[in-house]
Amino acid sequence: MPTIDQYLPDHPFFTGLDAATTDLLAGCAMNVHVRAGEFLFREGEAADHFYVLRHGRIAIEVRTPARGVVLDTVDDGDVVGWSWMVPPYRWAFDARATQDTSAVAFDAACLRGKCDADPVMGYQLMKRFVPVMNHRLQSARIRLLDLYGDFVD
Amino acid sequence: MLPRPFVVRRIHQDTRDTYTLVLEPADGEPMDFRPGQFTMLHAFGVGDAPISISGDHRRTDRLEQTVRNVGSVTAALVAAVPGTVLGVRGPYGTGWEVDRGRGGDVVVVAGGIGLAPLRPAIFELIAHRDQYERVVLLYGARTPEDILFGDDLRQWAEKSRIVVEVTVDNGQHAWRGRVGLVTQLVTRAGFDAVRALALVCGPEVMMRYAAQALSDRGVRSERLRLSMERNMKCGVGLCGHCQLRELFLCVDGPVLGYDRLAPLMARAEL
Ligand SMILES: Cc1cc2nc3c(=O)[nH]c(=O)nc-3n(C[C@H](O)[C@H](O)[C@H](O)COP(=O)(O)OP(=O)(O)OC[C@H]3O[C@@H](n4cnc5c(N)ncnc54)[C@H](O)[C@@H]3O)c2cc1C
Ligand code: FES
Repeated sequence: MPTIDQYLPDHPFFTGLDAATTDLLAGCAMNVHVRAGEFLFREGEAADHFYVLRHGRIAIEVRTPARGVVLDTVDDGDVVGWSWMVPPYRWAFDARATQDTSAVAFDAACLRGKCDADPVMGYQLMKRFVPVMNHRLQSARIRLLDLYGDFVD
Repeated sequence: MLPRPFVVRRIHQDTRDTYTLVLEPADGEPMDFRPGQFTMLHAFGVGDAPISISGDHRRTDRLEQTVRNVGSVTAALVAAVPGTVLGVRGPYGTGWEVDRGRGGDVVVVAGGIGLAPLRPAIFELIAHRDQYERVVLLYGARTPEDILFGDDLRQWAEKSRIVVEVTVDNGQHAWRGRVGLVTQLVTRAGFDAVRALALVCGPEVMMRYAAQALSDRGVRSERLRLSMERNMKCGVGLCGHCQLRELFLCVDGPVLGYDRLAPLMARAEL
């Protein structure tokens, strides 16, 4: 498996970042592994990381008194987590591995300070996270229509 | 315009509300059809409904149709038992024209009951599998319990070199598969868009987003074919029930190219 330094520049999410920013991101990153059934993070915990999945699948889910409901799944290559950008920096949902999963975890608490100090870098990162958020919002909105449920005339 | 009597031989419950009927012509005369075509399926004493053919078109001795119970006619159709006689008019409409994809990749995008009209297209692809490059089936259903043709999906993936990706809108804790929109699968799927033929069927809103995603990937609009399943009555271009501006979907469609449909699909009032 390529090292984090090798992996990041080739990942579409980081394409276009200059070498200094990629190096800085790599410096804030570490590999993590969770087994199927384990959690990457839990609702209510401090959102001090974001993740890029190298392999596996994470279910973003919410617990109701009766059951767990999966809201979205995230697969290899995708990014998990933007609560690190939004005060009060707390996870809104659980992230549970449904398969053995490897990810690169970025120390977002450290990145927040760096983004404040270097707005150009902050903007570059924001430009990459907004499409992820947009994509998930659209997905949630369209699914609210319950297209396959009763006919939508 | 008179329906031909067909006898229900078998009926299989696919999901909570969807059943596949296997019918045979009462007169024993075979019925030819092309993948993507539909019939007007008649429950005597109740009425008829346009229903796509979901079986293999090489089996002309029998007709398979998959019906979702949503109202009076479809309720009567799924209440059939072996021996029930139903009326069949057709086959009607245009087909998928799967062979236009020969020599390239084929992407099949289905939503909900939309997998039923695409099933004959997949049988056709499998029958001539060597003439196609990558074949990808992207299927979205409401919940894991609503996934149609589960055995087929497994077989197609295992035995026919079809990449099958399934996603559901809502999953419970125990579901290990994907949750999310079928359009997300379009973005991830491995296929050569420029040479691909794309076949799409599902609720109209889903088709709009799927067609947009395929088009964004670079699939040419004339090679992006959608099945437009608007309400129909006569099925033969007489009553105007299915009219979409200059198109009569029962004869000009239901399967049409996105080059013709894109300007019409965006307009709410049509
Ligand atoms: C070309 C074509 C192929 C079709 N193939 C299939 C198929 O393979 N399997 C299947 O189960 N259904 C299919 N349909 C849809 C099916 O024809 C309708 O569900 C059926 O006509 C409903 O009749 P009903 O009397 O049971 O319900 P109704 O009481 O007439 O209607 C019940 C509800 O369904 C809605 N509805 C009716 N027709 C449609 C439609 N065409 N599209 C969206 N909403 C509709 C109504 O507005 C209403 O909300 C197809 C439709 C077309 C035009
Ligand atoms: S259904 Fe009558 S014209 Fe199309």
